[in-house]
Amino acid sequence: MPDFEFKTELHLVKLLGVKARNIQELLDNLQNVPLSSVYYHTHRFLKQHHFLSPEPPNDFAYWIKNTLNLKTLSEEIASIDTVKYESLKELRSEISGIISSCLEREKEFHNCQKGDEFHFMSCQTFVMPAGKKASDLKEFYEAMKTVDISSIYFHIFEAKLRLKRNENDFQAWLGEIGEKELARKLSNLDPYNMTLENLRKQILKILAVKI
Amino acid sequence: MINIKDYEPITGSNTLDELYSLAEKLKGKRIQNINSTAVGGGVAEILTKMVPLLNQLGVAARWNVIKGDGKFFNITKKFHNALHGKTEIFSKEDFDYFIEVNRANLAELDLSDDIMFIHDPQPIALVEKKNEMKNSWLWRCHIDVTEAQKEVYEFLKTYIDSYDSCVFSAPAFSKKDLTIPQIMISPSIDPLSDKNKELPDEFTASIFEKHGIDLKRPVVTQISRFDYLKDPVGVIEVYKKVKKHNDCQLVLAGGGATDDPEGMQVLEEVRTAAGQDADIHILLLPPDDLQINALQRGSTILLQKSLKEGFGLTVSEALWKEKPVIASAVGGIPLQITHKYSGLLAYSIDGTAYYLKQLLNNPDYARQLGKNGKENVKNNFLITRHLKEYLLLFLSTSYREDITYF
Repeated sequence: MPDFEFKTELHLVKLLGVKARNIQELLDNLQNVPLSSVYYHTHRFLKQHHFLSPEPPNDFAYWIKNTLNLKTLSEEIASIDTVKYESLKELRSEISGIISSCLEREKEFHNCQKGDEFHFMSCQTFVMPAGKKASDLKEFYEAMKTVDISSIYFHIFEAKLRLKRNENDFQAWLGEIGEKELARKLSNLDPYNMTLENLRKQILKILAVKI
Repeated sequence: MINIKDYEPITGSNTLDELYSLAEKLKGKRIQNINSTAVGGGVAEILTKMVPLLNQLGVAARWNVIKGDGKFFNITKKFHNALHGKTEIFSKEDFDYFIEVNRANLAELDLSDDIMFIHDPQPIALVEKKNEMKNSWLWRCHIDVTEAQKEVYEFLKTYIDSYDSCVFSAPAFSKKDLTIPQIMISPSIDPLSDKNKELPDEFTASIFEKHGIDLKRPVVTQISRFDYLKDPVGVIEVYKKVKKHNDCQLVLAGGGATDDPEGMQVLEEVRTAAGQDADIHILLLPPDDLQINALQRGSTILLQKSLKEGFGLTVSEALWKEKPVIASAVGGIPLQITHKYSGLLAYSIDGTAYYLKQLLNNPDYARQLGKNGKENVKNNFLITRHLKEYLLLFLSTSYREDITYF
């Protein structure tokens, strides 16, 4: 049975020097920035404000609502079911499509006030061992209780979308050790709609049935 | 001296473990910080803390200061103002002398460390030595360069582009025309410093008593020096609008050099605006971090109604004390406050007054904002996060891929 090694990730944030004042500029730049920037702006909020609320606003949705006051467009982007996308390219295309439709619909758009521009960023990621290993389900459950929140974040979000794996790392390992039902239950979780601490609780709840 | 382990009760052991793991990867690397002053100012303050902490983690970091005379520092002061957007007149001689002083320092300093970490514009031209040294050079800009005067920015840009990477404090400070990677590392507060550490309630009460402020009634406070950019007169207008509906006291507290004519003029205007209102307390304080700490801790709501800010770390200081904060959306403040989650962002006197009434009338909501604010500062604006990002920055000189596995 393979061991599960918990890993964690650390980010160095990069500024791209590219900004948008309105949704047309947001769309134009979104299509040209590196995919790591799309990842950063759709996931940063989760980690930086993971204690705040289960609301999953990505940076685009947040800016569109709070700065441009385009509530419908913001809601459309915030409600994108990120978990169903296999790649960041697809996710970018979905966001771009929604903004394009809005531009066709609205015809007119205004600039934000000076100082409120959207600044495109990306990140360089460093992945390191989190100092915990599990060789069976019980050890996995125990480690899950205390492992750093960044590790849960890495194995759930980063592994699937940025590293282009088909499933999150927890699912994959549970499948490998023959716990297919637990893996299926984990795959049904929508991790974008809860705080990371709640996500930990949900995972523990699913695992507890077999402990 | 503060030990890195002293932060463990605040941040948890995982954070320190991460720092030790990152530091381990930098084993064998020598890092040299260079700036222009050993004491005074924010850069010296942060280096005074950072360099010993890096060494405690096992990173061979050191710090040197360039030498310059009055003429040089007058020129760099003009650079500083011009980068902040103030119009300054420069002669060719100014630029020539700036380069001359940097070259004189080149001859004296040992610049052979693996990573040269240069802070702010004063020593920027030391990078001329980079090709000869064949090491990594990083430039840390601590200044808000959003409105930088073109002449000075263009002059500095010729040097910035020679570095391997540069570091800015906020997204708005980034530049489209730079050819090197731009990293964002925000400044931080030290939770163990006199300005931020826990204080006994009796001490806090004694400070309020000393200034004749009634702790039993709501206290609204702005901590800042008496400067037009902090808009203290605007804060008094806010208070007057709110006072019609809500009982409260206003505290405007901060330092101000008596030899600063503009500061004294602002103070005079503030006193005139306050008139005879006994509930407005204007406190011109000597540098005393414990007193500022106590004033923040004892206040009901903190304001930061600045018209312009570099980063505005007083907001993080207030949030760390679990206080609800209403602040202007300028400089780095929107990074520290997510509107309606971890504080309130305002754009005007009326807006600030509106939110102030809201918080005074809804203490549960105010408490929740303060609570979220503290959590946000704990996760994003403590010195341990700053240290982690410096370590990652140093590592990025050796690892350039999008994702690095250790």
